[in-house]
Amino acid sequence: MKDEVTREERVENLKGMGCSRKRVEDARFTQGKGNYVDDIKLDGMLFGDFVRSPYAHARIKSIDTTAALDVPGVLAVLTAADLEPLGLHWMPTLAGDKQMVLADGKVLFQGQEVAFVVAEDRYAAADGIELVEVDYEELPVIVDPFEALQSDVVLREDLDPKAPGAHGPRKHHNHIFTWEAGDKEPTQEVIDNAEVVAEESMYYHRTHPCPLETCGCVASMDKVNGKLTLWGTFQAPHAIRTVVSLISGIEEHNIRVISPDIGGGFGNKVGAYPGYVCSVVASIVTGKPVKWIEDRMDNLMTTAFARDYHMTGKISATKDGKITGLQCHVTADHGGFDACADPTKFPAGFMNICTGSYDIPTAYLEVDGVYTNKAPGGVSYRCSFRVTEAVYFIERMIEVLAIKLDMDAAELRRINFIKKEQFPYTAALGWEYDSGDYHTAWDKALKTVDYDGLRAEQSQRVEDFKAGRTRKLMGIGLSFFTEIVGAGPVKNCDILGLGMFDSCEIRIHPTGSAIARLGTISQGQGHATTFAQILASEIGLPADSITIEEGDTDTAPYGLGTYGSRSTPVAGAATAMAGRKIRAKAQMIAAYLLEVHDNDVEFDVDRFVVKGAPEKFKTMKEIAFAAYNQAIPGIEPGLEAVSYYDPPNMTYPFGAYVCVMDIDVDTGVPEIRRFYALDDCGTRINPMIIEGQVHGGLTEALAVALGQEIAYDDMGNCKTGTLMDFFLPTAWEVPNYETDYTVTPSPHHPIGAKGVGESPHVGGVPCFSNAVQDAFRAFGNTHTNMPHDHWRIWKTANDLGLHG
Amino acid sequence: MIPAAFEYYRPKDMASVLAILEEHGDDARVMAGGHSLIPMMKLRMADVPHLIDLQDIGGMSDIVIDADGIRIGALVTQADIIDDAKLTAAAPILREAALQIADPQVRYMGTVGGNVANGDPGNDMPGLMQCLDAVFTVVGPDGEREIPAREFYEAAYMTAREDDEVLTSVSIPPPTGGYAYEKQKRKIGDYATAAAAVQIVKGGGSCVSASIAMTNLSDTPVYSQAASDALVGTAVDDAALDAAVAAMLADIDPSEDNRGPIAFKKHVAGVILRRAIVRAWSRA
Repeated sequence: MKDEVTREERVENLKGMGCSRKRVEDARFTQGKGNYVDDIKLDGMLFGDFVRSPYAHARIKSIDTTAALDVPGVLAVLTAADLEPLGLHWMPTLAGDKQMVLADGKVLFQGQEVAFVVAEDRYAAADGIELVEVDYEELPVIVDPFEALQSDVVLREDLDPKAPGAHGPRKHHNHIFTWEAGDKEPTQEVIDNAEVVAEESMYYHRTHPCPLETCGCVASMDKVNGKLTLWGTFQAPHAIRTVVSLISGIEEHNIRVISPDIGGGFGNKVGAYPGYVCSVVASIVTGKPVKWIEDRMDNLMTTAFARDYHMTGKISATKDGKITGLQCHVTADHGGFDACADPTKFPAGFMNICTGSYDIPTAYLEVDGVYTNKAPGGVSYRCSFRVTEAVYFIERMIEVLAIKLDMDAAELRRINFIKKEQFPYTAALGWEYDSGDYHTAWDKALKTVDYDGLRAEQSQRVEDFKAGRTRKLMGIGLSFFTEIVGAGPVKNCDILGLGMFDSCEIRIHPTGSAIARLGTISQGQGHATTFAQILASEIGLPADSITIEEGDTDTAPYGLGTYGSRSTPVAGAATAMAGRKIRAKAQMIAAYLLEVHDNDVEFDVDRFVVKGAPEKFKTMKEIAFAAYNQAIPGIEPGLEAVSYYDPPNMTYPFGAYVCVMDIDVDTGVPEIRRFYALDDCGTRINPMIIEGQVHGGLTEALAVALGQEIAYDDMGNCKTGTLMDFFLPTAWEVPNYETDYTVTPSPHHPIGAKGVGESPHVGGVPCFSNAVQDAFRAFGNTHTNMPHDHWRIWKTANDLGLHG
Repeated sequence: MIPAAFEYYRPKDMASVLAILEEHGDDARVMAGGHSLIPMMKLRMADVPHLIDLQDIGGMSDIVIDADGIRIGALVTQADIIDDAKLTAAAPILREAALQIADPQVRYMGTVGGNVANGDPGNDMPGLMQCLDAVFTVVGPDGEREIPAREFYEAAYMTAREDDEVLTSVSIPPPTGGYAYEKQKRKIGDYATAAAAVQIVKGGGSCVSASIAMTNLSDTPVYSQAASDALVGTAVDDAALDAAVAAMLADIDPSEDNRGPIAFKKHVAGVILRRAIVRAWSRA
C-alpha cells in the first residue's frame, strides 16, 4: 500500500503535543450549553439555604424555628441539635481540625451557618430564613491574630487548651500550631555575623478566590437502593466521596459524586462545606433531592479565603550582594476553624519554598497558626499550597535587600540565582528543585524589555518630577519566581490520609477512537483538550478521536483532583504512562499482524512500522480493530490500560516577569504601561491554552496586588461582601500582556511538563506590587503593604511628602 | 439574594400608576430600569410589596431638543444618551458622563429618571443635572409640578418628590461654553471616589459664568455656587483654580468607606475638580 500522506501531515493530523488545538470545551460554553450544578433539575427537588450569623462572635442562647416552619413550602429547619444524634453537627477539616456544620452553642465568624431551611423552592426557603429567630449573646470579637495570642477570650471552647493540636503543641488557647523548617540557630548565627542585613515586615492581606460560579451541590438519596448521588462544585470529587463515606457511614460504593462543568475553582472548591453535609442530611430526611447554591455574598463571606499571612523577614548578604541567610516568621490568621487545604504534613503548605530561585545556603522558617473571628479557609488561590505567600515574601525581601545594598534589583537576583549546573538543587529548607535555567530566562526577559533603557527613562522621570515637570512616577516591577507544583509524592503528600497520586484509564474503541478518564476535574483549564493531545502523541490516534471524561466517581479512576497545578504533573503523567501501556500492547499486535518479532517493529507517529521497511506498517487504527476482532495467540482481546501515577518529585516551573507602571501621585491611580511574562513550564502541550492560563493568572494577580481583599471592621463585619467592593477585574482594568517562554523540561516527568495554570499568579502578584513600590524607591520607600488600591498608593505618596 | 414576594404591575398609562400608588401608599414603588431597586429588594433591604414597572407607559422615552432647551423622558437609558448624536451636539457633557456610568450592560437598562429620582449619592446624573441647572417634572394626584435639580436632594435617598409622585422627565436649559465630567473610580461599574461636573462660559479671555457640581462626596450631590463664583471674572489661572477648589472643599462632606478615608477623598475631589475645570476651560 502506497502512503500518500507525508509524515508531517500525519503528525499534524494527530493534533498532539505542541499544537495550539482549539479548546473542545468552548463549543458548549460559548453557546450557553454548559452543564453546571445549578443547571441540574430533578423531579421533586427541594432547596436548602442557611440562616447565617450576623455576629462574628456570639453565644447562641436559643433558636426558634416555629414561625419559619409555618411558611408555606418550608418543610424542615435543621439545627445543630438535629445533626448531633447523627454525629454530623461537626465535621473534620482538611487541616486536621474540626468545624461546626451548624452553630453548636456559639458562632465564630460573621456569616457562619446557624440553621438550614429546606423548602419546596428558593423563595420559600428565603422567607423561612427571615423567620428563624435566633437569640444571640454577643461576645468580644478578635479580628487581629496578634491580639488573639494575647487575649483571655477563648475562641475555641471545644478544644482543650493544654492538649496538642493536629500539628503539635499549642502555645495559647487561640494558637493552632507552630511549624518549622530549616536550621534555627545556624541561620541566626549567619544573620548576626553578616556584613549586611535587611529586615522587613509585610502583611499579605486576606483575599478570596471568588470563582464566577459559586459553590453548591445537589444531594439525592435513593432510599430504595441505598445509593447517594451528590453533584457538586468539587475540585476533588473522589476525595469528597471518601470524606462523605467516612463521616456519614454510607459505604463508598453506595456514594456517587459527580462534578459536572465547574465555573472556576482557584482553590475555593477543594474543601468540604456545611452546605454539602446539610444537603445530604436533608435528602436523607426528606427522601427527595436537595439543592444548595450559594449566592455571591455567601461565597465571599463564608467559603474558603486565601492568604492572610503576617510575615517578618531578615535577609543577610555580603557587601557585594551574595545572599548568606534568610529568616522568616509568619503569623497566619486561619479564622474560626483551621480549614486550610494543605497536605497533612504541611500546615503552612509549601511556604518553605520561600528561599525562592536563589542559592541561599542557610534558612529558617517558623509559622504560627492562629484562630480569630473570621471565616475559615486558607486555601491556595490559583497557586500551589501557600506558594504565592512564599514567592511574595522572597521577591519583596530581594527588593528590600537591593535598597539596603544600594544595588540594582535585577543584578542582585542575577548574582544569587541557582545556577543551571546546580540542578537538581536541594534548597536550605529541604526541597529538591528538579531543573531550571534561571539566568537564560532572566537575560531574555531583561533584554526584551530593554531593562537598561527603562531604568534610564525612570531616572529622567524622577528628575522631571523633582523639577515639577510631571506628577507621574514610573515603577519597574521585577519578579523571578519558582513554583513548586504537582503534589505530590505519596511518601510526603497526603490529604486526610489520601495519597496524592493521580490516575488515567484509557479504553480504545475497535474503530480507532478512544475514551480516557482521569481522577482530576477541569474547572476551565481545558483538560478535555490537552489530555487528548498528550494521548494523541503517545498512542497515535488523533486528539479529535479521543474523549476525555472526568468528575464522575462511578466511572473515573480514583484521583485527588485538580488544584495546586497538579493535573498535568500528576494526571498528565498518568495519561502518558497509560498511553505507553496501550502502545506496548499495540506493538505486540502489530508485530503479529506484520509477521515479525515484537522488537522488529517501531512506533512512528500513528503506526508501527517494520524496522528498515517503512512501507510495511500497521496503523494504530488497524491495530485497534485487530485487538478486538482478531484472535491473536497469547494476547487477550481488547485494548485498555490504566495508570496510577505517584510522582517521584514535585515539578518546579519558573518565570521572569517585568511590569512597567505609571503612577499618578495625586490620585493614587496606577496605569500599567507594559507587562512582560516569560514562563518556563517545561514541555509545552498546547501553547494557546498556556497563553490563556497566563492571561488569567496575571489578571488574578493584578486583582490581588491592586485592590482585591476581604476586609473586616473591628466588630468582625466583613466589609467586602459584594462585587461592588470586592475587586474582580474586567477587560477594562487589564493591560495587554506580552507572553514569552523558555523550555526546561522536567527530568522526571514522562513528557517533561511542569504545570502552568498558577505560575502567572504566583509570579504576577510580586511583580505588580514591586512596580508600585519601585516607583517610590527614589523617594525613600522600602515597603508598603498590598493591596495597592488608589488610597493606599496615595497614602504612600502622602507619607513620603510628595503632596507638597 | 432572593426577594420577598411582591405584586408586579405593568400599567399602560400614568393614571393607572398614580391609582396604584394612591391605593398602596408606602407599600408601592415605581421602577424604571430597576438597576438600583431590584438589587435592594433581592438583598431584602427594600421592602416593596407592590412594584410598578413603568416600561409600558408611553411618551417617557423621548429626547426632545428645541429652542427652549432639552427634555429627556424619565425612561431614556444611559445608552440612549450615548447614542443620540443631536443630544451630544446640544449637551456633550451628558454623553461624557453617561459613558462613565457603570458598564454597557447596565447602561442599556439604567435610566435617567431612575438615576436622578433614586436619591443615591453615588449616582452620577444628579450632580450632573445640578451642574446643568435641570428641572425635574413630577406628576402626582394633584397634577404636574416642577422641581429644580438643585433643590431636589435632601439626604441620601430622601428627595423633594412625594411618595405618590412619579418623576416623568428632566428639562435642561441649552448649555453653553466648555464642559467636562471627570470621575475617579476604582474599577468599571464603581461609584465615584470623586466626580466633578463643570460647565464654563468664556468671554474675552475670562470666565463669564461657571457651574460646578460634585458627586459622591456628601449624602447628596453638591452644587457649589461658591466654587462657580470663584472662577467668574478670572482667567481661570492657578489662583482661581485654588480658590474654586477651596470653595468646593468647604461645601462637601465626604465620609469614609472602602474607597478610602476622608482626607484622601477631599484631596482627590480637589484634583478631580481642578482637572475638570482645566478641561472645560480648554473647550470653552
